[in-house]
Amino acid sequence: MDIQTWTFILVGITFALYIGIAIWARAASTGEFYVAGGGVHPIANGMATAADWMSAASFISMAGIISFIGYDGGVYLMGWTGGYVLLALCLAPYLRKFGKFTVPDFIGDRYYSQTARMVAVFCAIFVSFTYVAGQMRGVGVVFSRFLEVDINMGIIIGMCIVFFYAVMGGMKGITYTQVAQYCVLIFAFMVPAIFTSIMMTGNPVPQLGFGSTMADGSGMYLLDKIDGLSAELGFNQYTDGSKSMVDVFFITAALMVGTAGLPHVIIRFFTVPKVKDARISAGWALIFIAILYTTAPAVAAFARVNMIDSINGPDLKGVSAEQAPGWVTNWEKTGLVKWEDKNGDGRMFYSGDARNEMDINRDIIVLASPELANLPNWVVALLAAGGLAAALSTAAGLLLVISTSVAHDLLKKGLKPDMTEKQELLAARLSAVGAVIAAGYMGINPPGFVAQVVAFAFGLAASSFFPAIILGIFYKKMNKEGAIAGMISGIVFTTAYIVFFKFINPEMNTPDNWWFGISPEGIGTLGMILNFVVAIAVNKVTAETPQDVQDMVESIRYPKGAGAAIDH
Amino acid sequence: MAFENKDMAKRYWGENLKIMGILLAVWFAVSYGFGILLVEPLNQISLGGFKLGFWFAQQGSIYTFVVLIFVYVAKMNQLDKKYNVEE
Repeated sequence: MDIQTWTFILVGITFALYIGIAIWARAASTGEFYVAGGGVHPIANGMATAADWMSAASFISMAGIISFIGYDGGVYLMGWTGGYVLLALCLAPYLRKFGKFTVPDFIGDRYYSQTARMVAVFCAIFVSFTYVAGQMRGVGVVFSRFLEVDINMGIIIGMCIVFFYAVMGGMKGITYTQVAQYCVLIFAFMVPAIFTSIMMTGNPVPQLGFGSTMADGSGMYLLDKIDGLSAELGFNQYTDGSKSMVDVFFITAALMVGTAGLPHVIIRFFTVPKVKDARISAGWALIFIAILYTTAPAVAAFARVNMIDSINGPDLKGVSAEQAPGWVTNWEKTGLVKWEDKNGDGRMFYSGDARNEMDINRDIIVLASPELANLPNWVVALLAAGGLAAALSTAAGLLLVISTSVAHDLLKKGLKPDMTEKQELLAARLSAVGAVIAAGYMGINPPGFVAQVVAFAFGLAASSFFPAIILGIFYKKMNKEGAIAGMISGIVFTTAYIVFFKFINPEMNTPDNWWFGISPEGIGTLGMILNFVVAIAVNKVTAETPQDVQDMVESIRYPKGAGAAIDH
Repeated sequence: MAFENKDMAKRYWGENLKIMGILLAVWFAVSYGFGILLVEPLNQISLGGFKLGFWFAQQGSIYTFVVLIFVYVAKMNQLDKKYNVEE
C-alpha cells in the first residue's frame, strides 16, 4: 500500500479513538471542565501532561534543529526538561495545596489584588494564543504533506476534532484524550528511531546507539564520523557548537523557567487528588517526556549521517541527479528541499562552505527520517499520525487555559461575579468555541510573526509568573505592591528587548549588539532576575502583607488538609 | 494548624528547604555545570563514543532530572510522615 492510503487508515483510526473518548468523558460541572474533578490518577496525569507539553515543535522540529546545530541543540533538551524539576520541587505541591483552578486565581488571592489577577490573566491569554496558533499551523502542514489536502482544509479538520473534545469534555475529555495521544505519538516517534538505530549501529536502543560504533564495519564511533564529516565539509563541529557560553546558559535558563511558568503546564497539577500526587505527577510527566527527549538527539545524529552520506555518496564526490536518493525527490516537490547545480557537474553536493548546492529545511528531518533510512511506508504514515497527536493535544490544553481564563478569571472573578455554575460552564464552553475559531483563523492566515513570538511565550512566562509564584510561596512577607511592580517591570523589559531585536531592528539582531551577549531567546532570564529585584525592593518600602494572607501562605507549605480543587 | 506547635512547623519547613536546596544544587551542577560551563574540559573525557560534556548536555542531565524528582518525592513523603502532616 502507498503512504497516502496508510496515512488515511492510521489517522482515521486515531481520530475515531479521540472522538470516542470525548463522548465517554463528557464534563458535567465546572470542576470537571476546569480540572477534571481533581480525580485523575498520577500516571495518567503524567502521560496527559507529557502530551500536552510536547507540541508539534518537540515532535517535528526539535530533532531537525539538533541535527543541524549539534551541541547547541542541548539548550532545548535541557531547557524543556529541567523546568519540570523546578515545577516538582518549587511549585506543583504548593499550588495543589492552595487548591484553586488557575494561575491567576493564585496570583489574585495570594496578592489580595484584582490588579495582580488581571495582569496574570492577560499574560496567560497572550502566552496561550501565541502557542496555539503555531499548533494549528503544524496540523495543517502534516495534512497537506501526507494527505495532499489543502493546508486550510487540514486546519479546519483539525479545528473540528479539537472543538469536539475540548468543548464537550473540558479538562476531563482533554486529559483522557491526551493519554491516548501520548501513546500514539511516542510509538510513532520510537519505531523509526529504533529501526534506524539497529540498521546504523546494531544497537536497538537509540540512546546508546548514537554513542556506539557504526555497523558498516569501519569500527568508527558514529559521533566521531559526524565530526570528521563536518570538518571535511566545512560544517560546525557537531559535538562542540557555535553559540557563546553566556547565550547557551541564558537560553537554557529562560526555557527552564518559562516551562515552569507556563499556565497550561501548571494547571495540570490541579487535576490530581492529593499534594503527594502533584509531586509524583511531575515525575511521571518527566519520564514520559524524557523518553522522547533522549531519543531526539539520537534521531538527529542518525539523520545527519544519512543525509550527508545519501547526498554526497560514499566517495564524497556527490551523487548524480539521476541517482538522487528517494527522500530528496519526494521532498523537492514540497519545496522544502532544493538543489541548485552550481558547478554544472550534474551531481548533488552538500557542505557547509561555498561548494554547497543543497537547501534543506530543518523541519523535514523527523518526517523524512523513515525515508532516509529506507523504512516501509506504514512507518511514514505512523509519523504523520504522531505529529497530529502532538499538535492536537497541545492545542487542546492551550484552548482550555484560554477558555478558563475568560470564563473563570475574567468573568466570574472579574466582571460578572454573580454567575451561577451553569452559566459559568456555558461561558467556558462558548469561550472555548471562540478560542478554537480564533486559533484556526490564525492558523489559516498566519501573522508573519508566529515564529518570532515563540521566544515571547517563554520569555513572558519566565519574567512574569515564575517570580511572582515563587515569591508568593517562599517569601511570606511579599506584598501586592512588590509583586505587581515586579511582574510589570519583568514583562516590560522582556517585551521591549524582544520587540526591539525581532520587529523594530531585525537587522541589528546579532551578538555584537546584544546586551552581555544574550539573544532575545534568552532575555527572559534577565527579565526574571529584574522581576525578583524590583519585587523585593518595592516590598521593602511598602505596607506589610495582611496577617490572613501570611497565614494562608503558611498553610500551603504542608500537605495536610488539601481538599479537591474547589470553587470558592 | 496541623502541627503541634509553631516550632514544629518551622522545623518541617526548614527540612523541606534543605531537601530542595540539595536537589537543586545537583540540578544546577549537571545541566549548567557539566552541560554548559564545564563542557570543554569534560569533552576531553570519553564515555564510549560520547564526549562527556556533550553527553551531559544531550542525555545525562535529562536522566538526572528524572531521578531528582523521584528522590524528592520519596524524601518528602518521609518528611510528611515524620511530622504527621500527610493526607
